[in-house]
Amino acid sequence: MNSPSTQFVSSGRMGMYDPIHQIGMWGENFKSNGISNASTSMFIAGNPNSSQPILIAADTKLDNQSEDTSHGTLGPSSKYDQEASKPIDKVKRRLAQNREAARKSRLRKKAYVQQLESSRLKLFQLEQELERARHQGLYIGGVETSHMGFAGPINSGIATFEMEYGHWLEEQNKNICDLRTALNAHISDFELRILVDTGINHYSELFRMKATAAKADVFYLMSGMWKSSAERFFLWIGGFRPSELLKVLKPQLEPLTDQQLLDVCNLKQSCQQAEDALSQGMEKLQQTLAETVAAGRLGEASHMPQMDTAMEKLEGLVRFVQQADHLRQITLQQMSIILTTRQAARGLLALGEYFQRLRALSTLWVTRPREPA
Amino acid sequence: MEKVMGLASEKGVVIFSKSSCCMCYAVKILFQGIGVDPLVYEIDQDPEGREMERALMRMGCTAPVPAVFIGGKLIGSTNEIMSLHLSGTLIQMLKPYQALS
Repeated sequence: MNSPSTQFVSSGRMGMYDPIHQIGMWGENFKSNGISNASTSMFIAGNPNSSQPILIAADTKLDNQSEDTSHGTLGPSSKYDQEASKPIDKVKRRLAQNREAARKSRLRKKAYVQQLESSRLKLFQLEQELERARHQGLYIGGVETSHMGFAGPINSGIATFEMEYGHWLEEQNKNICDLRTALNAHISDFELRILVDTGINHYSELFRMKATAAKADVFYLMSGMWKSSAERFFLWIGGFRPSELLKVLKPQLEPLTDQQLLDVCNLKQSCQQAEDALSQGMEKLQQTLAETVAAGRLGEASHMPQMDTAMEKLEGLVRFVQQADHLRQITLQQMSIILTTRQAARGLLALGEYFQRLRALSTLWVTRPREPA
Repeated sequence: MEKVMGLASEKGVVIFSKSSCCMCYAVKILFQGIGVDPLVYEIDQDPEGREMERALMRMGCTAPVPAVFIGGKLIGSTNEIMSLHLSGTLIQMLKPYQALS
């Protein structure tokens, strides 16, 4: 980026106050805080959203003002008046210029702070992107980089969700560790129950977070962007399939009593029926949305008289994502009702480890040694 | 509202729906999968539809569709139906009406 001096040397400042020096000062502070240089040059070189217009306008204004004040000092008639009023006028002029300088300084500071805030948010998003990429393996030049942050407007609801999900994962790993330790240590059923309830409540917490995120951007949830790639492979309406959950758990829970076997079998069947119903509902939604978007006369471009209908359909999509999460939740709850405490603990551990392995698989897959093309 | 209650008693399983509502369609599919043939009433195709919608909401169905009635009694919307189905309760409630497929 070009140096700050080239922006302001033409304004003809004679040293009354030095904008270059002042910006430089703040620039130094900015750099010393360890924030990237890109943001610094953005500010100085003139990001279209930034203070540059303010600065130039302010400089021009001051030029006029100093010209006015200098004109103002010309004119008193008698020689005596001219000499006596000179120092007072000089003082007045100096005060006015100081006030002007202070005002401009405040304006610049405000613009600078706004720059800082948006850079902070961008930095946070970049960190999130990096963290996710690290978990899943980097996509180079693929869809990943174009999706996050740079292209569209900042969606704070999703940024919040991603940050919270990071914490959720940390907590989840901790819960899984606790379960593993507890099952090996043969602790009492009472203490085990606490761990089971903690585990199930933790999933409930995730569903609550997702419900909020669905309202912020349902498409984000539908594409499973917060998950690792292997998890995403199994995506069904913004999450895991409840029936898959049961298939993963069952082998880990044996031996089951006859009543339990019957209950699990019934749960499996009703879960599958519910899934099928929601899947067919989703298909209908896709179909009618496509028809809505396709309708209209040829050559109308993106002027869609049926926009309202399309928007209604998308509201319906939010409902489906929430209902799918509800189905996941009640499946977990039913399992914890059917099983003994110890079985439920084993089940939760099995489920947790299953997803951990999917995440590890994602990383392994992306970092696998490959033959050069 | 009498119209709603009247329709709700017309058949063992009645679902108030809207033709544009895909969740209503999903619930209908679920019942058919269980072997029940519900009466599906599209309130958006009824001139009194708005009033029926308000009546359903007053009765506690916040969605307001789909609104499921079994044996003339309001059971609830999608959430309630899903919960009842997974707990095995819905099948029990539908037993008298399963022959009607």
